[in-house]
Amino acid sequence: MRRLFALTLILFSVGGPMRSAAAVIIGSKEFTESYVLAEIAKGSAERAGLPVDLRAGMGGTLILWEALRQGAITCYPEYTGTIREVILQNHSVSLTKGRADLADLRRGLANFGIGMTSELGFNNTYALVMRRAQAKALGIHNISDLNKYPGLRVGLTHEFVGRADGWGPLCARYGLRMQNVRALDHTLAYLAIAKGEIDVMDAYSTDAKIDEENLVVLRDQLGFFPQYDAVFVYRLDAERRLVAALQRLSGTLDESRMRRLNAIAEQTHDYAKAAAVYFHDAGADHPGSLTANLARWTGRHLLLVAVSLGAAILLGVPLGIWSSRGGWLGEIVLGATGLIQTVPSLALLALLVSVPFLGITPLTAIVALFLYGLLPIVRSTATGLQDIPRPVRESAEALGLEARVRLVKIFLPLASRSILGGIKTSAIINVGAATLAALIGAGGLGEPILSGLNLNDRALILEGAIPAAVLALLVQAAFVFLDRRLIPKGLRLNAARP
Amino acid sequence: MNSTAVAPGAVRQSGMEQEQPAPMIELVGASKSFGSTPALAPTNLRFEAGKTTVLIGPSGCGKSTLLRLIIGLIAPTSGEVRFENQALTPKNMLHVRRRMGYVIQEGGLFPHLTARDNVLLLGRHLRRPVQEMRARFDELCELTGLPAAALDRYPVELSGGQRQRVSLIRALMLRPDVLLLDEPLAALDPMVRSTLQTELKTIFHHLRQTVILVTHELAEAAWLGHRIVLLRQGRVVQVGTLTALRDHPAEAFVSEFINAQRTLLAS
Repeated sequence: MRRLFALTLILFSVGGPMRSAAAVIIGSKEFTESYVLAEIAKGSAERAGLPVDLRAGMGGTLILWEALRQGAITCYPEYTGTIREVILQNHSVSLTKGRADLADLRRGLANFGIGMTSELGFNNTYALVMRRAQAKALGIHNISDLNKYPGLRVGLTHEFVGRADGWGPLCARYGLRMQNVRALDHTLAYLAIAKGEIDVMDAYSTDAKIDEENLVVLRDQLGFFPQYDAVFVYRLDAERRLVAALQRLSGTLDESRMRRLNAIAEQTHDYAKAAAVYFHDAGADHPGSLTANLARWTGRHLLLVAVSLGAAILLGVPLGIWSSRGGWLGEIVLGATGLIQTVPSLALLALLVSVPFLGITPLTAIVALFLYGLLPIVRSTATGLQDIPRPVRESAEALGLEARVRLVKIFLPLASRSILGGIKTSAIINVGAATLAALIGAGGLGEPILSGLNLNDRALILEGAIPAAVLALLVQAAFVFLDRRLIPKGLRLNAARP
Repeated sequence: MNSTAVAPGAVRQSGMEQEQPAPMIELVGASKSFGSTPALAPTNLRFEAGKTTVLIGPSGCGKSTLLRLIIGLIAPTSGEVRFENQALTPKNMLHVRRRMGYVIQEGGLFPHLTARDNVLLLGRHLRRPVQEMRARFDELCELTGLPAAALDRYPVELSGGQRQRVSLIRALMLRPDVLLLDEPLAALDPMVRSTLQTELKTIFHHLRQTVILVTHELAEAAWLGHRIVLLRQGRVVQVGTLTALRDHPAEAFVSEFINAQRTLLAS
């Protein structure tokens, strides 16, 4: 009881007045995933037209639970395992043995005037993970497969070693006899597994690191680990629209997606951004028709390409003119733009995301595409100008035209075929590379492709891949037309009669 | 009429021409080296108004280099080039070039412009009166015998002879004080070349044009030029009429050069 009193005090300091002006107050615990889920709930409620107050990072389970019961908050994200093991346990609510089903939990919660949504779609529980490549090479998919390789090096957190749902009981359940087991810090364990110093470790199934380090979760086919399915708990006296808004989120977040959102939140330290990504690529949440979706994706795709290409032309042509005059500075410009192009597009995006003022924004995608598009334009402009025959070049000079007039009236038109060729190359590269923009939530046709890859939904992948390919062909066709319009007729005659 | 009274051995001094009126163009100790390779030894040479001077010599003798020095496509390594007693500088270069016409072997026409646009490019850029330009254009077309149908064609659609005519018209449009021709007929087949040689002589005479012509063909030089400047290995060997060169060769090379071309013609 004393503990509860202390909690209430904390609530007053953290949660502020018990009742807020806003109809809805959303709370969250103090770790990344909870912050992100609260932001997503906020977004969903706001889309339903409800004014929302956010009390993020309030602390642990007990604080949130008391705040919810007392009405300081209206709802917060929770896990079924926690509801069963911590909340209802503390209140000595008896549950059916074994895995409590949701109806059981709901009944227990209803005693306190609290409701619960369906599962959001991911289970954040303990899991055993391995390097994806190694697991594939050894043919390990399930935890039981580890028995075939008792020599694998296992690194475990101290907590996992000691828990009731930890290593000892796990080994007993699966009959594991691993010979190389040691305990180490969780963060260090990720470093160790990445370096190949250990082969198996414990993790939370939605850790962002699982994707970042390219690890794979071993299937718990015996259902040893308790279910920690994410849900929202809310006051039963909350507005109906809020309940509907929260319920809409159920089934929309699987492990890989949650991992991705966690990763974004951790990289940007901006939970709202992660939530924005959720709403942005949750095409399923705005179930428009396929045509509407295609129009939106394609429009965004074209915008990304157009803006980045426009910028690449504006800078690339002058740089090309400059490089065409030779000298070491020109060589450096060509070398630098060439260097950018050798960086894989994914790596370039990742590098740019870490640039402070860019981060996970469409601007980053545009900057990456711009840098990518630069080289073909610079190079083609430079070679186009350098390839102008000396007699023509000297005639222009001898005629008595100013350098600028020579460039605009004679040299650039003569180099137009080469310059347009470079722009075309850039445009086509960018149409392809822009699909990667979806990785950082910038949208475009990569959106359905990435979602499809995540969900293993081939149709969804094709919804993005086919339009992207068609777009590349259309760009190609557009340039055939542009060539005809922009390359002077005298030069086209030349090409016809080599 | 010109420096016919060339005394043997005195050819390399330009002092003998000093009684003549002030030259339009003058090289004063002008030389050119490309890196450590000399292309033209220090040279003194004067070009008078209204005369046609032919620069001749075997390949690599420096005749084109000399012409390119005059139009400022290259700068002299030492000495200077004077136009109306003013040394050519980057500052006055643009102005001087507009007072010169320049025609090269392949014409140097801009392939993206029609014949007409090639010709009118500079006049339009300098905003010369349209009426005046049109009249001049018509006059020059008639003079060179360029058919009206050719005017709206692109260089690639023109014959070699037509290209050179267009190039010549372009060079003459703004009534230049001096016309510089760098082997303008060398790329043409013999029949067309012969016709154009005749036409050029008429045009030069008609316009009382100051001309500096580079060629490697003695017959063309004799036909078109008042005065021949014979070069060899970047050095002026002799200046004078063909007769003077033949009758009073400054060096054995002069006779060799003349005889070589005669032999060619005879066979």
